[in-house]
Amino acid sequence: MKAAYFLGCNVALRTYEYDAAVRRIAEKLGIELVDCKDFVCCGYPAAPQDHTTFLALAAQNLVAAEEMGVDYVISVCNSCSATLSKVNKLLKEDEKERELINKILKNSIGKEFQGKLEVRHFLRFIYEEVGLGKIKSVITNKLNPVRVAPHYGCHYLKPPEIFDFFEDPIVPHTAEDLMALTGVVPIKYENMKQCCGGAILAVNEETSIKMVKEKLIHVHEAQADVLAVHCPFCNVMYSEYQKDPRIDLDFKIPVVFTPQILGLAMGYNAKALGIKKKVAKGFGIVAHGNLGIKKKVAKLFLEKEEASETKKEEIVVHG
Amino acid sequence: MAQEKNDKKTEQNPDDMSIITEDELDSQFKYEILKEPGGENFLRCMQCGTCTASCPVKAIDPDYNCRRIIRRALIGDKEHVLNSKFIWMCSTCYSCYERCPQDVKITELMFALKNIAVKHGFIHPSIKAQVTLLEKFGALSEISEFENRMREKYGLPKIKQSPDRVKKVLEKENIKEIIEGDS
Repeated sequence: MKAAYFLGCNVALRTYEYDAAVRRIAEKLGIELVDCKDFVCCGYPAAPQDHTTFLALAAQNLVAAEEMGVDYVISVCNSCSATLSKVNKLLKEDEKERELINKILKNSIGKEFQGKLEVRHFLRFIYEEVGLGKIKSVITNKLNPVRVAPHYGCHYLKPPEIFDFFEDPIVPHTAEDLMALTGVVPIKYENMKQCCGGAILAVNEETSIKMVKEKLIHVHEAQADVLAVHCPFCNVMYSEYQKDPRIDLDFKIPVVFTPQILGLAMGYNAKALGIKKKVAKGFGIVAHGNLGIKKKVAKLFLEKEEASETKKEEIVVHG
Repeated sequence: MAQEKNDKKTEQNPDDMSIITEDELDSQFKYEILKEPGGENFLRCMQCGTCTASCPVKAIDPDYNCRRIIRRALIGDKEHVLNSKFIWMCSTCYSCYERCPQDVKITELMFALKNIAVKHGFIHPSIKAQVTLLEKFGALSEISEFENRMREKYGLPKIKQSPDRVKKVLEKENIKEIIEGDS
């Protein structure tokens, strides 16, 4: 299966480990990800300014992917996939908008939107097009029953019509279904679908940081070992802003990407997936090359492992 | 024209409870919203407040109240709506959009209000900064040697930025004029 791979600003700039994990597991699943030639913005930042500019920027990306002769364009960012899905659907259905945008594109880049492809988030793509059965068949490494709190992210779920209602926005399950194949225990927690606040970070940092703090408290209260995300910006919020002094919590929640968990279970080592050693150890994986992890951090991890041992027993009792 | 717009930039507080007089209202404002993409279902609002109750931003910052913004827009309180920080505080999570019993499509309505605000010369500085970046790099950031070295460490292909196509689209769309309010 060949698909265009749309990177997006945040993946290119700071979540290399996510990019790496996605490319590794795509390889394992027989998906050929072909990088879009031009690395450019999806168009989302133009949405608050001007609707037509927003459509034209996103359409420009869709046209570039269409030129590659593929059926799908895959994004690993929730916002990029929502933007591209929304515009792809709108331009396919609304003739008036399509004519307007095509006029702009023709006069600027000399190309037109043809509506030849579908947009998918990577997770949705492997869930639907590869399927749980095939994914299970390449899982060689059963992971520890680590308690994983999934965070879906708003633009993975909503508005559901732009994603063909593939996921239930009230009770989502795809990320949990995928993770459950690996042996980890996906858990539910309070206000699970709470927004990461990333979209208003530049407008009101104070509020978005408080949103992050709330989420971390809910995840901690549910006794999760890690928080799993599949959006680079959600990751920035929960991982980078967790270090912000304004958060001020007496616990830390490691943040991983869902494809990293899948990658570990498919036999890749943590280094190849850009996973931190102490987190990987928690999943029951050893020997990962030199990642320069400090002793103190390793010790932190060991305490965590004991905690997850007790939780394992709890699960058996309840199950 | 630009000067006049700048004069208006003393921020309005939507929580201002002073009595609104008729001459402060613009009866045409609602038609302007209806015409803007995203504003089509705006008149359906019955002020039930489901949006505000669903809002994760409101849960943190009680001053942010989308029902109140819609009400002010409905009665034509244009200044208050366009010239406040609140329309920029929607985190676009679509919770209200999903729950609205009248399908007002509030998240899209907020985009429409922001687009109208930009046309009238009210734009949040953070949003303005993004256009400059897009024009320069075609993306929200520059990918420098540092990022490419990091990518190499993870076994990832190098990124070469080529903002030409984005620049061409932005030029065609006169985005600069739209956000500078010179059109």
